[in-house]
Amino acid sequence: MLLKRLSEASGASGDEGEVRSLLKEELALHAEEVTTDALGNLYFKKGIGSKPRVMVVAHMDEVGLMVVGYEKSGLLRVAKVGSIDDRVLASKVVAIGKDRVPGVIGAKAVHLQKPDERTKAIKIDNLYIDLGVRSQEEAEKLVKIGDYGTFTVTAREAGDNCLIGKAFDNRAGCAVLAELLKEEFALELNAVFTVQEEVGLRGAGVAAYRLHPDLALVIETTAAADVVGSKESAYVTKLGDGPALTLMDSTYIAPQQIVDLVVETAEKLNIPYQFRRLTTAGTDAGIISQTHAGILSAVISIPCRYIHSPASIINLDDWQNTLRLARGILNAVAEGGLRLEGTA
Amino acid sequence: MCRDYIAIFYKKRNNISVVRAASFKGEKNGDNIIRGKTGRTLKLLVVNVCKIGGTSLEIKRFLKDICEAPGVSGYEEYVAKVVRAAFCSHVDEVRQDRMGNVVFLKKGSSSAERRPRILLAAHMDEIGLMVTKIEEGGFLRFSAVGGIDPRTIVGQEVILYGREKLPGVIGVKPPHLVPAEELGKGHKMEDLHIDIALTEERVRKLVSVGDLALIRRELIQLAGNTVAAKAMDDRAGVAVLLSCLQELERLRHEADVYAVATVQEEVGVRGAAMATYGIVPDLGIAVDVTHGEMPGVLEHEACKLGKGPGITVGPNIHTKISEEIIRVAKEYRLPYQLEAFPGPTGTDARAIQVTRGGIPTGLLSIPLRYMHTSVELLDMDDLKLSGRLLAYFIASVDLEFVEGLSCC
Amino acid sequence: MKELLKKLSETYGPSGREAQIARLIREEIKDYVDETYTDNMGNLYAVKKGNGAKIMVAAHMDEIGMIVTHLDDKGFLRFSNVGGLSPHVLLGQRVIFANGSQGTIGMEKLEELNKLTLEKLFIDIGATTKEEASKYVKVGDIATYHREVAVVGNRMIGKAMDNRAGCAVLVKAIQELAITDNEVYAVFTSQEEVGLRGSRVSTYRINPDLGLAVDVTMVGDTPEAPTMSVSLGKGPTVKIKDASVICHPRLKEMLSEIAEKNEIPYQYEVLTAGGTDAGAIHLTKEGIPAGVISIPCRYVHTPGEMVDLEDLEHALKLLKAFLSAPLEMREIFPCHLE
Repeated sequence: MLLKRLSEASGASGDEGEVRSLLKEELALHAEEVTTDALGNLYFKKGIGSKPRVMVVAHMDEVGLMVVGYEKSGLLRVAKVGSIDDRVLASKVVAIGKDRVPGVIGAKAVHLQKPDERTKAIKIDNLYIDLGVRSQEEAEKLVKIGDYGTFTVTAREAGDNCLIGKAFDNRAGCAVLAELLKEEFALELNAVFTVQEEVGLRGAGVAAYRLHPDLALVIETTAAADVVGSKESAYVTKLGDGPALTLMDSTYIAPQQIVDLVVETAEKLNIPYQFRRLTTAGTDAGIISQTHAGILSAVISIPCRYIHSPASIINLDDWQNTLRLARGILNAVAEGGLRLEGTA
Repeated sequence: MCRDYIAIFYKKRNNISVVRAASFKGEKNGDNIIRGKTGRTLKLLVVNVCKIGGTSLEIKRFLKDICEAPGVSGYEEYVAKVVRAAFCSHVDEVRQDRMGNVVFLKKGSSSAERRPRILLAAHMDEIGLMVTKIEEGGFLRFSAVGGIDPRTIVGQEVILYGREKLPGVIGVKPPHLVPAEELGKGHKMEDLHIDIALTEERVRKLVSVGDLALIRRELIQLAGNTVAAKAMDDRAGVAVLLSCLQELERLRHEADVYAVATVQEEVGVRGAAMATYGIVPDLGIAVDVTHGEMPGVLEHEACKLGKGPGITVGPNIHTKISEEIIRVAKEYRLPYQLEAFPGPTGTDARAIQVTRGGIPTGLLSIPLRYMHTSVELLDMDDLKLSGRLLAYFIASVDLEFVEGLSCC
Repeated sequence: MKELLKKLSETYGPSGREAQIARLIREEIKDYVDETYTDNMGNLYAVKKGNGAKIMVAAHMDEIGMIVTHLDDKGFLRFSNVGGLSPHVLLGQRVIFANGSQGTIGMEKLEELNKLTLEKLFIDIGATTKEEASKYVKVGDIATYHREVAVVGNRMIGKAMDNRAGCAVLVKAIQELAITDNEVYAVFTSQEEVGLRGSRVSTYRINPDLGLAVDVTMVGDTPEAPTMSVSLGKGPTVKIKDASVICHPRLKEMLSEIAEKNEIPYQYEVLTAGGTDAGAIHLTKEGIPAGVISIPCRYVHTPGEMVDLEDLEHALKLLKAFLSAPLEMREIFPCHLE
């Protein structure tokens, strides 16, 4: 399953090579043109010259760690790439660098901790990666400063048509985009797998500048906090309720006609959908919509529990419905469902 | 007479002339043959021999001039003049854009239709203080332009740039009058004021809201090659650009070099974005400062002084550029340190990388202690080494290298 | 000016949903300019063509608001902020939606008031069930303060003076603009309160020689106010700096000179926090010299914002004089060539 392979591939922000190769291999035959740019964004073009020009975006980077120093004992000092809650790092398995050198993020044994230590969060300054070596010299032979590390997790089916794994943000979105690229639409489709979204929406702005599309559709993965201990008004999204449309986030407000089109499309095609109830955090749409003289943009997301941690959960029905909704939106746009310019 | 030489000469590699350099002790005869102590000889193809450290005095003088010049973010006109005066004899063209960035072009030697375009950026603006209100008694309230720790400016002398240059101080209560519990608390910006010892009436004639003030600090020579001054961040980077341009005069480089003294970096990396948009280079290298080791800072969070520039790796940096800079450093045996940064850096590189359709970016940093205080401290050797490394890197950039940057 | 400002203040138009206020403004100016149009971010453009320098003047027409995120079983609405909202200012406020539905803001019980956050608040529109509430309001709808203006002497109190006061000045400037060679693009921008978004894309589209923003600014003349040199009633300000922009020194000089020549009272303004459209304007493409004329305003981002009508009149005079002054771009912003 492509989604599983994408989830297991390693690609922290700035180090997306493995994901890029995987996607190129899988999709090159489905596009008329395949290119990359100086930051590493991957572009597939299809229907060159048709109108309107649509850019469908999914970021291929995940959050991870970077080696920033060594201890004399051979333990590695790391920094976070993207936003991770320090507290999910303790006691996890990671793989570092091109050779995927295995390591563990250890934490002081509870037996050895003082009572007041036990209630505090373990901060990144107190976390190390242990490669199993005994000295700095040995460590230097295995990994370099600047090497990236990602969690080692095998994706597996669980529960009611769900999947457990890491990096569903945003490999789940990439998998949807990969499927879309295999289909035909009556418009110019630019499937762009962007880089460095997690460290500041860095790749998408550059890609939008290059393509200058009439419309951008961003396929993302968003938090689902529908778990015990949360208030219903704070769920953000619910697993199983379908793809979520973003109305507003910290970088973007959905134009009324976008909201209308997506809702209309979902209802016409009988696709379950929900609204993303959080107005903080941003996506590639934020920077895309403010590129050039403004680009009309939409964001639909797959709900995901425990996002940005090594053990996330998505519902495969949600994934399918996100694909159906994206397909529906593209067809509606091809039929002229959107007013792409302003009014005179 | 036996002297130290750096001999610059060409060597063919894969049929392309590449610059090489060797340093050794020897004697030069009239035919430009240098015979070393071991009997080894080298014929100089290019008569560009320099004594090691021959230009160091000029760089130090420039550093003193530029660090002492006023140039707060948004108001860089005066320091721009200092930069123009020092740079213009080393370049082919000079231009200044509407926002104040100064762009120096040193043309490359390639006669091909298209020459690679390299952007170098070092910001000439500094952090400073801006008058926000004239209080009763003629005391001046102020806020910071850029990031300033208020605790480092108390008890300092300042120069206030009103209608005239006015000397003043940032006053503090004498310790006898400070209650015990206050002694443990750091000063806050809102509680400080500048005193220029004039009556309110006179102050109002000479000073307006919006006027700028800077800490009065001359360059200080400390032990060995260490110097301290205000605004080393990033006037030291501008000095590296000058040093690099000087080195480039002795080297052959295909690429057109756009060395830019940028504005408004300290308030949000603003000038570099605009300059890059106008130049549209094939690649850009920012030259800035980075934290030097000091007490209380973990070893991996800082660079050592005197051990060469920091070369940054991470998402903000194009892998092939950092790899090439490292390769050049190893080839010419120039010391360097590796800095890994997991996101967009706090330098011009951050803006350069995402301008227009994306620009391959690199970052070179001079280790500096006590950043954003008026006693920023560095080792002059690091400055020269950075200039040299940058020049050799530029000399190694050809069209093939540039074309390889867009493929991943 | 009074009637215009009243109309503008009382019209609905939060960030992202500016259609109503845009329509109103367009009615006011369409007969005075060569062209009007909008873009896909909701900006309203009005162009007065000319052969001289291309000047862009921006006044943002959006106001802050509350976006509904959830309808609970009893018909109460949970919301989040659109732009800068202080939870303490919201307590007990009357709000209104685009379709005219009104409500009041209530609060959960709380021991310490200084721990108040938006999550503890809700909007009550008088419904008793989720079904009833959803007849009037849905998730994604945005409410604004609901307030009629009050005229007190020479001053006016109302909601959204930030930045309907700026819009009023720009509308009047367009209506009263003298003949000039300059090409003037007046842009009523969208989504300033959530990140200067409208001005960012409109500046890119226009690519002017220079840009001016007209906005409100805070004052320091109320009891125990944080340090600020600007006072209400002492004239418009020439902004020197805020968190988003350091105004081009040349523009600051020009505005000061024009004010002094025309005997317009003005003040200098330095703001430690906060931003305006000029922040986005000056960072466009290769950089565009930008400045700001600000209107002093008390109690910003509350429903009781107060401006002085004489400050507005003087701001109008200053803006009109600036727009019709001949601008020799090369002289003002020389690019040295050696």
